Amino acid sequence: MANILAIAEQRDGALRKVTHEVVSAARRVADALGGEVHVLLLGPAGIGAAAGELGRFGADKVLVGESGGFARSNPDGATAVIADLAKSNGYHAVFFAASAQGKDVAPRVAARLDVPLATDATALEVEGGELVITRPVYSGKAFAKLVLAGAPQVVSLRPNVFRAEESPRAGAVEAVAIPESSDAWRVKVREVVAASGESVDVAEAQVVVSGGRGMRGPENWHLLEALAQAIGPNCALGASRAVVDAGWRPHAEQVGQTGKTVAPQLYFAIGISGAIQHLAGMRTAKTIVAINKDPDAPIFKVADYGIVGDAFEVLPRLTEEIRSLREG
Amino acid sequence: MKSIVCIKRVPDTEARIKIADDGASIDPAGIKYVINPYDEFAIEAALRLKEGAGAGDVTVVTVGDSAAGEQLRSALAMGADNAVLLKGAATLDGLATARALAAEIKERGADLILFGMKAVDGDQQQVGPMVAELLGLPCVTVVSEFEVEGDKVVCRREIEGGVEVVEAPLPAVLTMTKGKFEPRYASLKGIMAAKKKPLEEKDAQLGESRVRVRELSYPPERPAGRIVGEGVDAVAELVRLLREEAKVL
Repeated sequence: MANILAIAEQRDGALRKVTHEVVSAARRVADALGGEVHVLLLGPAGIGAAAGELGRFGADKVLVGESGGFARSNPDGATAVIADLAKSNGYHAVFFAASAQGKDVAPRVAARLDVPLATDATALEVEGGELVITRPVYSGKAFAKLVLAGAPQVVSLRPNVFRAEESPRAGAVEAVAIPESSDAWRVKVREVVAASGESVDVAEAQVVVSGGRGMRGPENWHLLEALAQAIGPNCALGASRAVVDAGWRPHAEQVGQTGKTVAPQLYFAIGISGAIQHLAGMRTAKTIVAINKDPDAPIFKVADYGIVGDAFEVLPRLTEEIRSLREG
Repeated sequence: MKSIVCIKRVPDTEARIKIADDGASIDPAGIKYVINPYDEFAIEAALRLKEGAGAGDVTVVTVGDSAAGEQLRSALAMGADNAVLLKGAATLDGLATARALAAEIKERGADLILFGMKAVDGDQQQVGPMVAELLGLPCVTVVSEFEVEGDKVVCRREIEGGVEVVEAPLPAVLTMTKGKFEPRYASLKGIMAAKKKPLEEKDAQLGESRVRVRELSYPPERPAGRIVGEGVDAVAELVRLLREEAKVL
């Protein structure tokens, strides 16, 4: 039996979007291997109500563990539940989201099961019954095709890369046992502090508006914020390393080799020259737009569309045009 | 407070990556190597902890070939007390690396074990929490700042769109990101002193890698783009192209 265990993620009682992507990818791989998809859903009391949604994306079974201890991230508890399930059910593969939570828990699960782990997969193929994993190295300056020797195959999947698609299955609910031992709960979340507003993370946004040194100072970021707002709630702000190093923007927004690697549908690079370590972090975006004063800036070599010009003139007009498009 | 900081020798982020003739590794020719940037935050955090307490010991450990001694010396020059080079080739099999490190850490003992949140070569983001698991210790990843409060460590951990305030009992493993611990430069005095500090070498027990690299490839070339125009006059055409041609608006 080549069954796959996919790990769901919830926040505030709602499934995260990346979970749709992970379950859909698990469905496609399970179909190629002739197995089932089981989804583990850990969360507070009542989270089991999301089982139907997981069935819609292809879960044959939804294993539900409800506990107040899982309302927020609980890496120790999650590791215990997942490793136990993997041992007792003999899964062929365990898929995580390569999110803050998935990247926190997957290595511990792999170590407990004594198997290798591939992080941040961007493609999965089944060749002759073998799972071939593609993942970026050097932040996307190169891609590696890997095969893991180990059962289960533990992989985390990069958000925003795998297509979420409905493929309804039964989604039959089963309860899973929650470990009670205090040893499983050493790491405790005291508090969650949200970044300003309900902003989507730059690594998971559909559209990213990134600013560089060409923006001249943090006081000018309202121009980028206005554009992001006109585009809508799936848009996040990004920044170049120069801007973060100068203290204009928080590191959480940095795109590039020492920041985040992003793959949105649309990436605006505004006043960003395009250093190699920045290009590595955004070159897999579907469409790239560059706005820069310098026609020789390297960013224009990767951009699909460029405007040579002063961001301070171009941005307000662009915001205006997109806003009228949205309202029209 | 006794700290162990695990570091890695990696290509500078400005380096161009060239795939070697075997098609499955990187050609190291012409590459400048540095301490993994995230590991510098971990070194800085350990040094400040020691300085704040007025006592303690900071040991840096790496798995790598003899050239990695250079990065250990740099860490000693920043102010670390001891260094250990576990000789062996770190591969994409992070669990193998984690085992070698865990064995050394277990032997030495520490209150706090610090890592960078990822190495910028393999980008695997896994060795730190694997070491924690192998040692049976709690672990907090992607920490931008932390304080020791008695027998606990309280961390700010970056998550999507926010921050978690997380506590864990000591001893613990933390993986660090940019935040409170902007790394210092080594002083001339520090560089001189580092030459006399102990740097122990032993063989790492790595075993055979269980991650097989079939091939490395360059990212697909992006089709040639175009300059839509200059200044504000080009904006209307850009928006039309994004909408009708790229279909992303």
